[in-house]
Amino acid sequence: MNIVVLVKQVPDTATERKLSAEDNTLDRAASDGVVNELDEYAIEEALLLKEKHGGEVTILTMGPDQATDSIRKALSMGADKAVFVNDDALHGSDSLQTAYALAQALGTLEFDIVVLGSESTDARTGVVGAALAEYLGLPQLTLAGKVDVDGGAIRIQRQTDYGYDVVEAQLPAVVSVVEKINEPRYPSFKLIMQAKKKPVDKKSAADAGIDTARVGLANATTETVDFAAAPPRAAGTIVKDEGDGGVKIADFLAEKKFV
Amino acid sequence: MAEVLVLVDHVDGQVKKVTTELLTAARRIGEPAAVWIGDGAESGRAALAEFGAEKVYVAPASLNDHVVAPKAELLAELARDRGAAAILVSATAENKEIAGRTAVKLGSGVLTDVVDVSADVVAEHSIFGGATVTHARVRTGVPVVAVRPNSVTPEAAAGAAAEEAVSFEPSEAARAARVVERVVQEQGERPELTEAAVVVSGGRGVGSDDFSVVEGLADSLGAAVGASRAAVDSGWYPNQFQVGQTGKTVSPNLYVALGISGAIQHRAGMQTAKNIVAVNKDPEAPIFELVDFGVVGDLHTVAPQLTEEIQKRK
Repeated sequence: MNIVVLVKQVPDTATERKLSAEDNTLDRAASDGVVNELDEYAIEEALLLKEKHGGEVTILTMGPDQATDSIRKALSMGADKAVFVNDDALHGSDSLQTAYALAQALGTLEFDIVVLGSESTDARTGVVGAALAEYLGLPQLTLAGKVDVDGGAIRIQRQTDYGYDVVEAQLPAVVSVVEKINEPRYPSFKLIMQAKKKPVDKKSAADAGIDTARVGLANATTETVDFAAAPPRAAGTIVKDEGDGGVKIADFLAEKKFV
Repeated sequence: MAEVLVLVDHVDGQVKKVTTELLTAARRIGEPAAVWIGDGAESGRAALAEFGAEKVYVAPASLNDHVVAPKAELLAELARDRGAAAILVSATAENKEIAGRTAVKLGSGVLTDVVDVSADVVAEHSIFGGATVTHARVRTGVPVVAVRPNSVTPEAAAGAAAEEAVSFEPSEAARAARVVERVVQEQGERPELTEAAVVVSGGRGVGSDDFSVVEGLADSLGAAVGASRAAVDSGWYPNQFQVGQTGKTVSPNLYVALGISGAIQHRAGMQTAKNIVAVNKDPEAPIFELVDFGVVGDLHTVAPQLTEEIQKRK
């Protein structure tokens, strides 16, 4: 079974994240890049599927030069190889353009399952998995908290507000995962060393079948008009509990008419 | 005036509050037309009329039998047929997916998790855990916008809510992912987390899977219960109640954080709450940078006292 995992490099949420005043896109130089957290769960799920059903795990990343660090991390978790779509023409692509570009790149690969995190920690749009299924014309098995594959059939538990839906489809399919699905492994020293020798196939937009007239900031379907630092919250009142902390909160809530 | 399609969120014929918020926002842009998928439209019609829906398109419950794609097909077809000016949905995980697929079908763009939207469909976002505010717009085609619950204040305005049945058959491709079973997990009597006006959350400071101190306070306030990632990862509270970057985003009138340090991961999910109250033992906890009112102390004594005080004052 061939599994492709989509891995995005995002700014580390522990650092201060910024937009670039030049073109209102993410300032990638302002903070360290890390593998998008939910993508680690996607990688883990792909590795578990491979351990059970055999086959190969390929990482597919689209991003700027420094995204190679995230590709190495993904490979050191145990993926077999990577495809890196890297082209200045892709800079500034919005969520739907990204889904289009990834769909085109997937068109050049052989796969049974595409796995991705259900959202990224930077843009947090949560639409790429669904839009990808739309572009590829494949079953959308998103927000999965559990995945089972049996021959050509796949079944997931799709997380909902009320619990979960059991969803079935035939492969190939697009699967996005939520945090509860597994516990991502740490790369071992051996795997980190091996990862350095694993093949990374670098592709330009044209190599990946991407029409450059449909991607990038100039052709984006959405536009960030302006941005600013959020106004600071007015400093609150902080008191030490002297045995009446609960009463003091009740007074505050009464003043605000919550009680 | 052009129609603005509003996808209705409903449970057993009850219209959710977020739909009244969307109808209010839709009236700024054009003429609100509600899209009701499933049964129960007759019992929900009055609420839609009260908030200005001129039309109610009713589509069959069978659209729920497959994941997302049939609903996106319906919205795209209605938008084309009626020349819609915009499509608004609530920013739930599923509706954001519907928004994305609909925008692909229409060759337009999608804006998700917006906290406000203007008459010319410029959307406001709160990003990077609430640190930055951006404005964005869709450049091509019918804008599809997913609005965060509790962001727009609902205002009543009478509408005709004229019902129109839509006969719609999803394509074969849209039926590729079949829902074979729905599993409803216990939620009790508490309001739904993303919709609730008041949320009380517990974190590492709760110390065990005994969340009764959090639940007790929540119930005295008619609130939903949330949990930090630390509490969920420790197995103290179920995953679907997690508030934060990889969990739910809430924007209630009042957010009470009990024993939550306020790491960026958590702040991303609650920073747009209108009022924030926190109880934490550590005076250096970053949550105190956000609070309107904070108590440095042990939640196990402060929260029960607060619960009792609220009961007394009722």
